[in-house]
Amino acid sequence: MSNQSSVEILTEWDIVAARQLGRNVAKELGFGTVDQARITTAISELARNIYLYAGQGRIEIQQLTENGVKGILIIAADQGPGIPDVRRVMEDGFSTSGGLGAGLPGVKRLMDEFKIETIPGEGTDIRATKWLR
Amino acid sequence: MNKKMAGYIQENSTEIISKWQELMKNEKDERSFQVMPTDLMNQTSKEFADLMVSNLLESHQAYENRLNDFAEKVVRLGWSITFVTKAINHFSEVVFEGMQEKGLITKDNFSDFYKEFNNWIIPIRDSTIDTYSKTWERTVSLQKIALQELSASLIPVFDKVSVMPLVGTIDTERAKLIMENLLEGVVKHRAEVVLLDITGVPVVDTMVAHHIIQAADAVRLVGAKCMLVGIRPEIAQTIVTLGINLNEFTTTSTLQRGVEQALAWTNRQIVEVEE
Repeated sequence: MSNQSSVEILTEWDIVAARQLGRNVAKELGFGTVDQARITTAISELARNIYLYAGQGRIEIQQLTENGVKGILIIAADQGPGIPDVRRVMEDGFSTSGGLGAGLPGVKRLMDEFKIETIPGEGTDIRATKWLR
Repeated sequence: MNKKMAGYIQENSTEIISKWQELMKNEKDERSFQVMPTDLMNQTSKEFADLMVSNLLESHQAYENRLNDFAEKVVRLGWSITFVTKAINHFSEVVFEGMQEKGLITKDNFSDFYKEFNNWIIPIRDSTIDTYSKTWERTVSLQKIALQELSASLIPVFDKVSVMPLVGTIDTERAKLIMENLLEGVVKHRAEVVLLDITGVPVVDTMVAHHIIQAADAVRLVGAKCMLVGIRPEIAQTIVTLGINLNEFTTTSTLQRGVEQALAWTNRQIVEVEE
């Protein structure tokens, strides 16, 4: 079962809209405040990556139910330049924009499951899941 | 030809308006029209129709002013923009069909009338949309200014101690403003300790953290100390999970503790007075 909604990321303010949506869904599913903060922060990171590197894309929020366990799935998809070296961006402290370089590895730690698919020149698709325990 | 059209509309205005109202009522998503009391609806409809007709009768010089006037008035009625464009379309539809029925528009002059109608309707629509977007732009820019005024003020609470409460989302523009106000304020108030209060910041992601770290570094350069206060438990956990290093900071959970710490740094303390 899945129930989805999405936000287009075009401006910096869409990041706020995306995480607002995520927070509402997380709250609805019954996540506690700490997990809500984790989920919204993860969305914030992913949405900002889209805004900074791809220019535009979309954040999709899905509600999942698997074996009776509920969860939230964040999909961040864009048709941007892609990531040439995925292993490096997953290292802590690597950044091409002068940031902290904690974004993607941070998201991976914030969530339970993390999958990244990227093709240079074609785009990036990141899926991150958090299960309600 | 304009006169013919205007004449027709004026002669049959009641009929046109009632037909047009019927069409508008059928617009499903239009609550504004359905909730309106009947007499008020009739009055606004009449006004709207008058405005539509007046554009036909005016001379070219007065036309532009009239158009702007019209758009301003329509905007002031508080209708949504989709509703207004629909209203304009329906109005011209009703008039066109009515004139066809009366035999004023025939197969021979159809294309001429078609052109006339476009000349009549398109400028009205354009200027309405234009006025709408201008009104919105004005509102947005005013709100932006209002937000900026609220967004980052440094408050001197004690001698040498200042607080900057941050409330709401921090974007790039605001981060810049925070930095500027922070540095300016530190110098102006001769602060030795600045407390950055993030109680009101909903999400602290790597970008926000990055901006805070930069601001603190800059504060250090002008000779003051920066303290991060108001870190909620859930924010503390996400910061740790993200792997953001705030070791160089003194951080406290509440503003109150932060103030106590700041006073201790400047060799002062709050004591209860015995009577």
